[in-house]
Amino acid sequence: MTSEGTQQAETESLPCSKLYSKLAARKILFFLVCLVVLVILVPVSASFGSVHLEVNDVFHAIIARIFPFSGVKSSELASVIVWRLRLRWVTMAMVAGAGLSICGAVMQGALQNPLVSPFTLGVSSGATLGASLAIILGIGFVGSGRYFIVANSFVFSMITSLLIIGFGRLRGTTPEAFILVGIALTYSFSAITSFLQYFAEEGDLMAVAHWIFGSVMRASWEDIMLVSATMLICLPLLMKFSWDLNAMTLGDEVAISLGVNPARVRIACMILVALVTASITSFTGIIGFVGLVAPHVARLVIGGDYRLLIPCSCVLGAIMVVTANIIGRSIMPPTVLPVGIVMSSIGGPFFLYLLLKKRRRYWK
Amino acid sequence: MKLEIVGVSFSYDGRPVLENVTMSVDEGNVVSLVGPNGSGKTTLLKCINKILKPKKGTVLVEERDIREIKLKELAKLLGYVPQTPTYSFSFTVFDTVLLGRRPYINWSISPKDKEIVSQALALMGIEDLALRYLNELSGGERQKVIIARALSQEPQVLLLDEPTSNLDIKHQLEVLGIIRSVVKEKRIVAVIAIHNLNLAFRFSDKVILLHKGRIHDAGEPAKVLTKENIRTVYGVEVEINNSEIGIPYIIPIAPVNKGGHLLWENFL
Repeated sequence: MTSEGTQQAETESLPCSKLYSKLAARKILFFLVCLVVLVILVPVSASFGSVHLEVNDVFHAIIARIFPFSGVKSSELASVIVWRLRLRWVTMAMVAGAGLSICGAVMQGALQNPLVSPFTLGVSSGATLGASLAIILGIGFVGSGRYFIVANSFVFSMITSLLIIGFGRLRGTTPEAFILVGIALTYSFSAITSFLQYFAEEGDLMAVAHWIFGSVMRASWEDIMLVSATMLICLPLLMKFSWDLNAMTLGDEVAISLGVNPARVRIACMILVALVTASITSFTGIIGFVGLVAPHVARLVIGGDYRLLIPCSCVLGAIMVVTANIIGRSIMPPTVLPVGIVMSSIGGPFFLYLLLKKRRRYWK
Repeated sequence: MKLEIVGVSFSYDGRPVLENVTMSVDEGNVVSLVGPNGSGKTTLLKCINKILKPKKGTVLVEERDIREIKLKELAKLLGYVPQTPTYSFSFTVFDTVLLGRRPYINWSISPKDKEIVSQALALMGIEDLALRYLNELSGGERQKVIIARALSQEPQVLLLDEPTSNLDIKHQLEVLGIIRSVVKEKRIVAVIAIHNLNLAFRFSDKVILLHKGRIHDAGEPAKVLTKENIRTVYGVEVEINNSEIGIPYIIPIAPVNKGGHLLWENFL
């Protein structure tokens, strides 16, 4: 991005469509740079932790597993640490960050409001209630064993989201309707959870609390596959709404005059967002912040075009959660701080700094 | 006939706002919709654009019933400029005007789209603002952006709701002048809801005077914007003069009561 001065100078010499194309190319470059950073960050991050590994060891461990006949040798210890633990955490961090940020960007567009996040759809309170019911009362709809809590929180997340979408539709499908209904239902579900917790055993209470902290360490490789598959199905569907979301920034009436049906786009987007958010949250607990902030950081740099904003938020969100995971492992080993705690404590002030530093306001 | 409105009625929650409105506009004409607050100007524009669905009657654009035209298709025929332009996130001016190409774009932007956007910016005289953000602009500049956005839709009918209400007198003249010349040049139609009777008088080929959801009178400006009509519809006594340069102007004198007496005798 250039400063305003140089932009002014260029304006005089070039027709505006050329200038626009130049700027667009710069934005795509930013996206590609972020992508490269993420690709480098993943193996590098696996070297951090209570047992230090050289980046080289990590590379060898990764290659030895993926290409068994390549002749690359890796130590047993490195292989176990990388594949059983760190790479699994980092991958979950990447998937969770990417998914929640995509959902955040889409939600902000669908509800035309910079303050909403994927959790505006009540997923956090629904998931907490589902987990509490499973842990405290042993009540669950589906699943058994390891998946008992996971399935329960997924089901309750979806119930909450669908209730919010349904009630919002009754109130006219406006952004305000969904946001207000979301707040009302979130409080109601939290009240039920609080009631359960009030009468719960101390041990169960701890288990619930631990479940709620957003953590990328619980998910197995199979879980990660499951979440990734959900995302890979939903992402292209959400991307398809890019132009519609662009048009909706000018308000519902103008969107209609541009050939968009805002109510339909809004509901379709929210159902997809609920699905992705619930599937991530039921494996990780509540990873707040990233879904709100990654889209804002992307907006600050590349602007509001959803065709690029969605992929950019996705990569930035992945970088943020992976970084939070690295920091959580490095601060006081061997304890690993959950990403949720790390991200909010570092990300909050960082976001404040960004908002104050950038002169340009990019929301209304 | 470019635009025909056939017996359109509309009500909000049982309160009638438009009753049996019928009018037609020929190509190359600028039509002003005038009338007091709540007389149905905005509602009529929204009915034409399918933002609202009329209770009765319909609208024909180029002889086609809009009820049979898909929204995306309709967006190529009608451009709409709302009364108060809103935006939730700020785009650059170029990106905003580019949204007018949304009905034509599937995913990527063609050179033709960029060319049309550039032309619309040039027409409104805001090329130098292309990479600025909407929230950095003045009200007048922003209004021009929104009109450029509607123009880049390449519509057959332009619907404008109070396009001059936030503008200073220079911007008012510029904006209406540009709209008029575009309408004449491209042989399209503009329907403008407007409060300023002097501007309506001067820039329109036809004026439609709405009163409580019905057309009170319609025709050439001089025929519709008369002392009597304005007194009946607005309840205001006016003086209509002709300036030395041939531009008529309406001077509001005072509101009148039901009996037709001036309310402000002492002010005169």
